[in-house]
Amino acid sequence: MSTTDPAAERRARIARQFIEAIPHARALSMQIEEIGEGLAMLSMPYDERLIGDPATGVIAGGAVSALMDTCGGAAVMSHPDAQGTATIDLRIDYMRVATPGQRIRARAECYHVTRAVAFVRATALDDDADNPVAAATGAFTFQRGA
Amino acid sequence: MRKPEPVQVIKTRRDAALGQLVGGIPYIQYLGVQFDRRGDELTAILPYREELIGNPMLPALHGGVTAAFLEISAVIELTWSTLWTEIEDGTAPDHPPMPKTIDFTVDYLRSGLPRDAYARARVNRSGRRYASVHVEAWQDNREKLFAQATGHFLMPPPAQDG
Repeated sequence: MSTTDPAAERRARIARQFIEAIPHARALSMQIEEIGEGLAMLSMPYDERLIGDPATGVIAGGAVSALMDTCGGAAVMSHPDAQGTATIDLRIDYMRVATPGQRIRARAECYHVTRAVAFVRATALDDDADNPVAAATGAFTFQRGA
Repeated sequence: MRKPEPVQVIKTRRDAALGQLVGGIPYIQYLGVQFDRRGDELTAILPYREELIGNPMLPALHGGVTAAFLEISAVIELTWSTLWTEIEDGTAPDHPPMPKTIDFTVDYLRSGLPRDAYARARVNRSGRRYASVHVEAWQDNREKLFAQATGHFLMPPPAQDG
């Protein structure tokens, strides 16, 4: 991310405010890794409170959903024309379990917008970045700025 | 003919089985999801907390919280219905193996209000390997769903004898 580009700085600031204002994103200690135009990378630390299978210590699918949904929303908000967004639908494919103890990173891309809808693709990874943990596609409402 | 078991014995056994299933999963405790049981029918309850908010301006429940609540409801219903016969026999394991989510599609019908939410799941297909579960969530009015979802699950291999 360039620090001399005022548009990029503005985008990054808006995205940061977007994440910091979300109580549930704060509760899960989500962090912004990168913001671009229609692009967002967020991460979430491993946390024992999020375990879904006590026998293995694997994090719950729902916690991965929360990260993917937030990341998708952040990608939409980072679009230059966006003012507000909400999820219309989200499909998540769980390709493998996330390795216990590892931070989960999600990358979402808002690949197309219409007058009212933003289409998003997202991927979730742990340390083994060549084998994604989950993939998601979603439609979000797209409220344009004045 | 054998005399029917006293109702309290049956209730205690079923509630203990449900408690074992739900109480052992940290994420369910973290979100605060509870289950109301009537016979074999379960209703999941998500008591409202400020931490569950995703849009502070409206305010509205976080889409991820809604997805997680629906997924938990689906997984518990699936495990519960699979175990039902063993629960009734008194042979259910304390820590049953959990199904794994293959995919989960959430349909957000309206924004989740800052108040308690309820969900009920229905197992539409349950085979030895795969299951398909539909789940509906509402807040004040059962007819006005705020979200619904369908998920596919990989069933755990049957427990080995011995």
